[in-house]
Amino acid sequence: MVLRLLLRFDSTSVKEPVLSTATLKTGALINILRAYVGARRGEILIDVSDDKVEEVKKVFDEFGVEVTELIEGIIKDEERCTHCGVCVSICPTRAISFNVEKKVVIDTEKCIHCGACIKVCPTNALSLPI
Amino acid sequence: MKTYDEINEKIKKGDAVVLTTSEMKELVDELGPEKAAAEVDVVTTGTFGAMCSSGVFFNFGHSDPPIKMRRVWLNDVEAYTGIAAVDAYLGVTQPSETIENYGGGHVVEELVRGKEVELRAEGYATDCYPRKEIVTEISLEDVNQAIMLNPRNACQRYKAATNSSNRLLRTYMGTLLPNFGNVTFAGTGEISPLNNDPNYETIGIGSRIFLCGAKGYVIGEGTQHSPPFGTLMVKGNLKEMNKEYLRAAYFPGYGPTIFLGIGIPIPILNPNIAKATAIKNEDIETEIIDFGVSRREKPVIKRVSYAELISGSVEINGEEIRVSPLSSFYIAEKVMKELKKMIEKGEFLLSKPVERISRVRDLRPMRQREIKVVKSVMTSAVTIRPKTSIEVAAKLMIERSVNHIPVVDDEGKLVGIVTSWDVARAVASGKGEAVEEIMTRVVIVTYPDEPVDIAARKMERYNISALPVIDARRRVLGLVTSEDLSKLIAR
Repeated sequence: MVLRLLLRFDSTSVKEPVLSTATLKTGALINILRAYVGARRGEILIDVSDDKVEEVKKVFDEFGVEVTELIEGIIKDEERCTHCGVCVSICPTRAISFNVEKKVVIDTEKCIHCGACIKVCPTNALSLPI
Repeated sequence: MKTYDEINEKIKKGDAVVLTTSEMKELVDELGPEKAAAEVDVVTTGTFGAMCSSGVFFNFGHSDPPIKMRRVWLNDVEAYTGIAAVDAYLGVTQPSETIENYGGGHVVEELVRGKEVELRAEGYATDCYPRKEIVTEISLEDVNQAIMLNPRNACQRYKAATNSSNRLLRTYMGTLLPNFGNVTFAGTGEISPLNNDPNYETIGIGSRIFLCGAKGYVIGEGTQHSPPFGTLMVKGNLKEMNKEYLRAAYFPGYGPTIFLGIGIPIPILNPNIAKATAIKNEDIETEIIDFGVSRREKPVIKRVSYAELISGSVEINGEEIRVSPLSSFYIAEKVMKELKKMIEKGEFLLSKPVERISRVRDLRPMRQREIKVVKSVMTSAVTIRPKTSIEVAAKLMIERSVNHIPVVDDEGKLVGIVTSWDVARAVASGKGEAVEEIMTRVVIVTYPDEPVDIAARKMERYNISALPVIDARRRVLGLVTSEDLSKLIAR
């Protein structure tokens, strides 16, 4: 099982080699899905296997990195969604597709919270969970 | 052979055999058109997609004292008033003057959802209409009429879109990713009404249709009707419409519009009509065109069938490109199923068209006085070489009173550009000797035959004030500046 973690860095921890330290210390393979560095803060979205997650979290704690486990993907308002599928070809990880009923469905496991679909939705039906 | 009257008699008795067009295709495959025509009375079709050429005629009723509305806004979306005192036409793509990402389509949806909207109007005071302004709230119940009247709906097929440029484009065909990043298409293919009656034998003026849950009518061919790219003009009572089949939309970078659900029943009068309703996505062709070119004539990248588009990916230049529909197949199917139910229950009778719509292909571009191109406004450019000193460049700018100097190689090909700002900055920082050290290397350019509007949009987009004009071999032919263009507009 793979767990998806959202790491929030402040202006101190953003300067540190946090991920490589975590890998070297724990041997965990970390898959970076998305990274953002801003003036005052940074965000990295990673996948870690669940048997290593506690060890890895401990390392992040030492660096003062805030960790949130993501369970939900992008949220779709079923009342607003018309299932037009504009978002389907935009999603970089192919997390959005049509089901047999021709309804638009989102595969939470594939979603990396990039928000590309939110910007293209003509009925404003998509939003980030946090 | 059956008649409309015979079919309607069966509908009234609850005996009519009604199939959706998807069910009909299977039946014709199995039995052939003759037997299928004998068995089936009506086939229902459906579509649900963005239909920009839509709007609503309102009659608001008279205020006391009365006003002749010269301008009127609903939730700050302006409606057209060049008709009688309190009549107005609200178009769905009209943007709100104050609310972001909101337009005529959103007002229409709010009204159908039973909400109130703010009406604000200005008049010019006459003896019969003394009032000059009014602000009030209205709901759909309050107005005398709210007649949806759409000049162009239910497009038979539509050109699919892609983008060869290196810039993300936000269009009425949705967001197009750079470098052929995706393809979008509109229309529901084999279940779409006009594709099931390509000769327009049963769909004509006076045909009763399902328009967003209400009974509506075809009132003629739509604007830009050009078979096989047929379109319909339709009307229906907004007060009877259902929010399930009507949804405001906003395409980022393009603007507001509305998604509408339209279903049209096709009477199976004879085997030919039965055969027509068996049409498959494989047989419906369209073209993928390149929105990377901002001219009217966009290059065709590929001919494709709706079956390929619906499959979710098409191949372009050897790569598999993902495809997004812009129409909802889920709601389109719901429309045709709902219409089938209404007919089966005897609630919806078919009407024979009083006249057929045109079967002639005829689509013209706008007659224009002239298309102003860059060639007609460009000026000759002073050019320099990369090794030229910054000092020489500065002198040239003063002598020739120019702010931009394209930098060219030995063959006259563009390699960069320096501006007076680059020179000033170099002087201020004391850094650099040759212009190649300070020039911009990635130059935004234009071409002699590019329309000035496109050149102007480039300058606006990149926040620059001049573009070198180059030929196909990147040789500099001249320069066009924002001053040249503003003179053109001021003229």
